[in-house]
Amino acid sequence: MAGKPKLHYFNGRGRMECIRWLLAAAGVEFEEKFIEQPEDLDKLKNDGSLMFQQVPMVEIDGMKLVQTRAILNYVATKYNLYGKDMKERALIDMYSEGVADLGDMIMLLPLCPPDQKDAKIAQIKEKTTNCYLPAFEKVLKSHGQDYLVGNKLSKADIHLVELLYYVEELDPSLLANFPLLKGLKTRVSNLPAVKKFLQPGSQRKPPMDEKKLEEAKRIFRIK
Amino acid sequence: MAAKPKLWYFRGRGRMESIRWLLAAAGVEFEEEFLETREQYEKLQKDGRLLFGQVPLVEIDGMELTQTRAILSYLATKYNLHGKDPKETGFSWIESSCCFVRIDMYAEDTLDLMMMVVVAAFKPPEEKEESLASVVKKAKTQHFPVFEKILKDHGEDFLVGNKFSWADIQLLEAILMVEELDASVLSDFPLLKEFKTRTNNIPTIKKFLQPGSQRKLPPDNHYVKVVRNVLQF
Repeated sequence: MAGKPKLHYFNGRGRMECIRWLLAAAGVEFEEKFIEQPEDLDKLKNDGSLMFQQVPMVEIDGMKLVQTRAILNYVATKYNLYGKDMKERALIDMYSEGVADLGDMIMLLPLCPPDQKDAKIAQIKEKTTNCYLPAFEKVLKSHGQDYLVGNKLSKADIHLVELLYYVEELDPSLLANFPLLKGLKTRVSNLPAVKKFLQPGSQRKPPMDEKKLEEAKRIFRIK
Repeated sequence: MAAKPKLWYFRGRGRMESIRWLLAAAGVEFEEEFLETREQYEKLQKDGRLLFGQVPLVEIDGMELTQTRAILSYLATKYNLHGKDPKETGFSWIESSCCFVRIDMYAEDTLDLMMMVVVAAFKPPEEKEESLASVVKKAKTQHFPVFEKILKDHGEDFLVGNKFSWADIQLLEAILMVEELDASVLSDFPLLKEFKTRTNNIPTIKKFLQPGSQRKLPPDNHYVKVVRNVLQF
């Protein structure tokens, strides 16, 4: 029997969280090895485990995969969350990339210098309500189906719902005018595997706080 | 007969160049519409053709695709540059998926490197110099050694599965881009030098490297000005 996938990252969301969500939504149990000190990261680099000297790294099916998107695409293909053909996959990719663009802005917010933070938050909110959420609402409206692509759950839905939780954390009122997105969020959240992941005590990670930010900076040697 | 893919972007490399490389290497003829004015861009947006209000946009097979990676992945698969298809070859899922995931990993890495060059063009002069120097350093210490080792370990002509793929095209593009910044960048990488010569001579690539092809020049002040004007930043 194949071993469980093993995730190497620090004990926080960062660039690994979307991978945790995808595995969880696919009902796949996974292990985590947390990087707690800069020396742990050095060790991974020195023993050749990190192809481009970066994490996330996921050990799966005898491989040590790096590059977030490569890992996500592999997991999605393996667990049938990547559409039925090339064209569906293109749409799933397009939507996933849009989610990642907004998601990255939100993820990098803690690293923003304090004097620029308010402006950054305003920019994120503006993009959310004027660009990204309307785009996804329109997709759902155009076909009236339960999921973004091919009337079937795909990685695009999982990534989007994860993002909607972060948008809500930033400001719950941002979702107010997007009924179909709210419906998607409820629907995906009620899938048994996702529901389980949303419970306290799961491997889902909390928002970054000051302490966690200091830890991440220390481990990744960010000034 | 299928229409040619149509590319909407500025008359320059930016985020569209890797797409041009892939199409050219695959021997696929394509058309281009160049964004030169704010009005053109606003029209594309108003017509609802830019899902997230951004270019690159590629019209292909009845779709209006945006998002660079989504486009690259679709084209790579369509033109058999994304590894072995399990259905065609009867390979086990693991064997063929290991090919496509390796291609993805390598392509992601070279794209990251090239995006640093794309972004540097828009920085103020001192920061730009620093950024480009950093690209050269990263190429020499973090990116190229990995690819040199991959080629050394399997001794094959191409990065993955002994078959020409998207990963090879992007690596060549990245090598040439960094060489424009520092001509000696491959001095410690003999296998990458051979790889470069070999892939340069693939007929479709050789053609793309000729003057007069659709390959674009490095960004200059005029290009930066046009982009800033059209996107208003």
